[in-house]
Amino acid sequence: MVTFTLNGQERTFDGDPDTPLLWVVRDFEKLTGTKYGCGVAQCGACTVHLDGMPRRSCITPISMVEGSEVVTIEGVSGKEADAVKTAWAGLDVPQCGYCQSGQVMSAVALLQMVPKPTDADIDGAMAGNICRCATYHRIRAAIHNAASSMEG
Amino acid sequence: MTLHDITATRRGFLAGSGLVIGVAIAPKMLAAAPTGVQAGGDAALTPMNAFVKIGTDDTVTVLSKHIEFGQGPFTGLATLVAEELDADWGQMRALHSPTDNKVYANLSFGLQGTGGSSSIANAYEQMRKAGATARAMLVAAAAEEWGVPAAEITVEKGRIKHAASNRESGFGAFAERAARQTPPAEPRLKSPEDFVLIGTELPKLDTHGKTNGTAIFTLDITPDDLLIAVVAHPEHFGATVKSFDDAEARKVQGVVDVKQVPQGVAVYADNTFAALKGRDALSIEWDLSKAETRSSEELAADYVRLFREPGLEAANNGNVDEAFKAPGLQTVEAEIVFPFLAHAPMEPLDAVFIKAADGSVDIYNGAQFPGMDQTVAAQILGLDETKVRVNTQLAGGSFGRKAQFGSPYMQEAAAVYAASGANRPLKHMWTREDDIRGGYYRPMYAHRMRGAINAEGQITAWEQVIVGQSIMGKADLDETSVEGASNLPYAIPNLKVTSHNVPLVVPPLWWRSVGHTHTGFAVETFVDELFQKIGRDPVEGRLALLTEKPRHAGVLRKAAEMADWGGQVPEGRARGVAVVESFSSYVGQVVEVSVGPDGAPRVHKVWCAVDCGIAINPNVIKAQMEGGIGYGLGAVLFDAVTLGKGGRIIQSNFHDYRSIRINEMPDVEVEIIKSAEKPTGVGEPGVPPVGPAVANAWRSLTGAPVRQLPIVNIVSA
Repeated sequence: MVTFTLNGQERTFDGDPDTPLLWVVRDFEKLTGTKYGCGVAQCGACTVHLDGMPRRSCITPISMVEGSEVVTIEGVSGKEADAVKTAWAGLDVPQCGYCQSGQVMSAVALLQMVPKPTDADIDGAMAGNICRCATYHRIRAAIHNAASSMEG
Repeated sequence: MTLHDITATRRGFLAGSGLVIGVAIAPKMLAAAPTGVQAGGDAALTPMNAFVKIGTDDTVTVLSKHIEFGQGPFTGLATLVAEELDADWGQMRALHSPTDNKVYANLSFGLQGTGGSSSIANAYEQMRKAGATARAMLVAAAAEEWGVPAAEITVEKGRIKHAASNRESGFGAFAERAARQTPPAEPRLKSPEDFVLIGTELPKLDTHGKTNGTAIFTLDITPDDLLIAVVAHPEHFGATVKSFDDAEARKVQGVVDVKQVPQGVAVYADNTFAALKGRDALSIEWDLSKAETRSSEELAADYVRLFREPGLEAANNGNVDEAFKAPGLQTVEAEIVFPFLAHAPMEPLDAVFIKAADGSVDIYNGAQFPGMDQTVAAQILGLDETKVRVNTQLAGGSFGRKAQFGSPYMQEAAAVYAASGANRPLKHMWTREDDIRGGYYRPMYAHRMRGAINAEGQITAWEQVIVGQSIMGKADLDETSVEGASNLPYAIPNLKVTSHNVPLVVPPLWWRSVGHTHTGFAVETFVDELFQKIGRDPVEGRLALLTEKPRHAGVLRKAAEMADWGGQVPEGRARGVAVVESFSSYVGQVVEVSVGPDGAPRVHKVWCAVDCGIAINPNVIKAQMEGGIGYGLGAVLFDAVTLGKGGRIIQSNFHDYRSIRINEMPDVEVEIIKSAEKPTGVGEPGVPPVGPAVANAWRSLTGAPVRQLPIVNIVSA
């Protein structure tokens, strides 16, 4: 039995302890904003925040999550999350949209750590998130816009 | 938004949708299967026609006959309706239409389907007429209710007004009465100069849900009691199951059943992880007797051998053979080999099946040819087609992958569902490995190019031989193998293009921009080499041969102007250019490239000019150019699916089938040529020019022409 906090609520999981957090969140908790894209931490579509840090949930066994706080796209909040979502909408970043939950989660984590990221900071934080529609150009611009919006 | 809300809005939508084409879905199923359709709100929706519904809350819901997987048809088609309806953009919504090959036919295909960058082009008048018809019916209803002449009523930004009597209303109040009006036989459409929404950068309708995780894709549909199924596939094309041992798989907690299907061995489980773990535990012996056992290298050698054989004639202008015999010629030759490419959409293929109480089945999937999926699924499930409903969902990309004649993916998914006994709702999903190894690739091609330059420095002859699979499965000439080459835009007096169709068990498919993925590269790099040989500037040289092609010349000139072509280029960088027409849209690109720290090309900037006729939504057009550039660039730099020794597929996931990442994405600047021509598509045309433009810059930078893709292989070789 694994006990953890999901978007602020205490949850338990008593299935196979090897089950990746991704499938616990999606199949058992029915929170489907977090996506499957590769299963091997190559694409970042499954990014969640684990104890405040961005984490690829597809390779994180639920047994590792005991006592931890998990935040998914459905629960992410705060000024960075608001700024990122607003900036994303402002530039119409998504195309197919499937990877964007992961992009948003990585971007929010970046801004929580580096409020005014450089292009190099963005490359470092976001290179793990693949977008096959290649919306990268707008992702970069939206992160800069989100950072600027938090200054005032 | 919670799943409960989605269920509620779905119910609201369906309450209205039954009126359109009589789709009846058992009410019990609704609670079980929330779907991701972007409903028009909780309010009741009244259909004006097959494409437009108006809610009591004044929302206007456009039923998109085209699937939304990123190229913007929800926004584009809604813009066309809103324009003629004189709606306010804020009241517009979009949903996928039901499946109906007649009512919702792509007017370019004759059946329902999305592809060929045709959504806007084929629906331009149809959707405007749908909006104009709805407007006329609303006006007639208002005239009836208010007792005033229809001619005195105006509509603006979603408000119906009668100035003389100072009366005003939204659409919702008149929706029901409007639906009872006789639609005008031939609704009057606006002149383009009167457009107020078309041509403006309206925000996209699907952005919000795709930013906060609420957008629902097929993979997200999770009815109660759902069974998850994955299939173990062979590692060789053409292999079949000889025997298998499922004892270990059945021991996995959560695994419910294991069945052989024509495509492999299916594992059924109560959750996804159990299904995957069960699949890993299978032991399967494959029959390779009919499998492809040649490697990509061996295939390429076989392809190249065909260069000397007589091929299928695609173009033959002037007399190429004579032209090459003329005295005093310089000739240039090139052979280029293109690899298999996987589409690798972010959401791997998937489908959800739910049986209703009456035995009919609802299928939820990212259907690019929904009518075909319906036919195929009905056959495999042994049901009448009317008992199978295909509910198109938002899809996480496609790039051509989900448009398959004969719906082979649906054949597998339906076979898996049928083999399960169809007693529980079922989700069939592919993993990334299934996707990369699943075939239906952009085929391998080999091109042989010969060019002749006379003593005056004019290009007098061009010969091109193209060897590869026929995507359309033809024995005679396949237009998709030669498009972009057989209609070479450059005025060269002697032109000969031939092709060879190679039979292969590796299943081929169109890949974003189809034939132009390779012909664009071959033509645009080779013509560039010819100009280099002549000592002519690549932009000026092209323009001189494009005097009869004003739209090609227009985008080329614009891209060159944007880049300040001929101006100062930073130390260590070089520029390349290319111009390609595809799907009746014209795109010119200039790129700036340096040698990256890993020795591979680093693309810093792309200047892109596009002429796609009347621009419906410049924001969407620019996004498609940016995305097309990234998609094309990633493939040219990094991607190949290769068959290794014995024909085994080498790549399996994003670690060895690399996708372009944010740190590799160039800055992109896009300009749209102002045009009064009919609108044409933008989903694909951004792709073809970037590869050759980069290769041209690379040759200029390093002296090395690119004869084999991906470029990263040459650099690391």
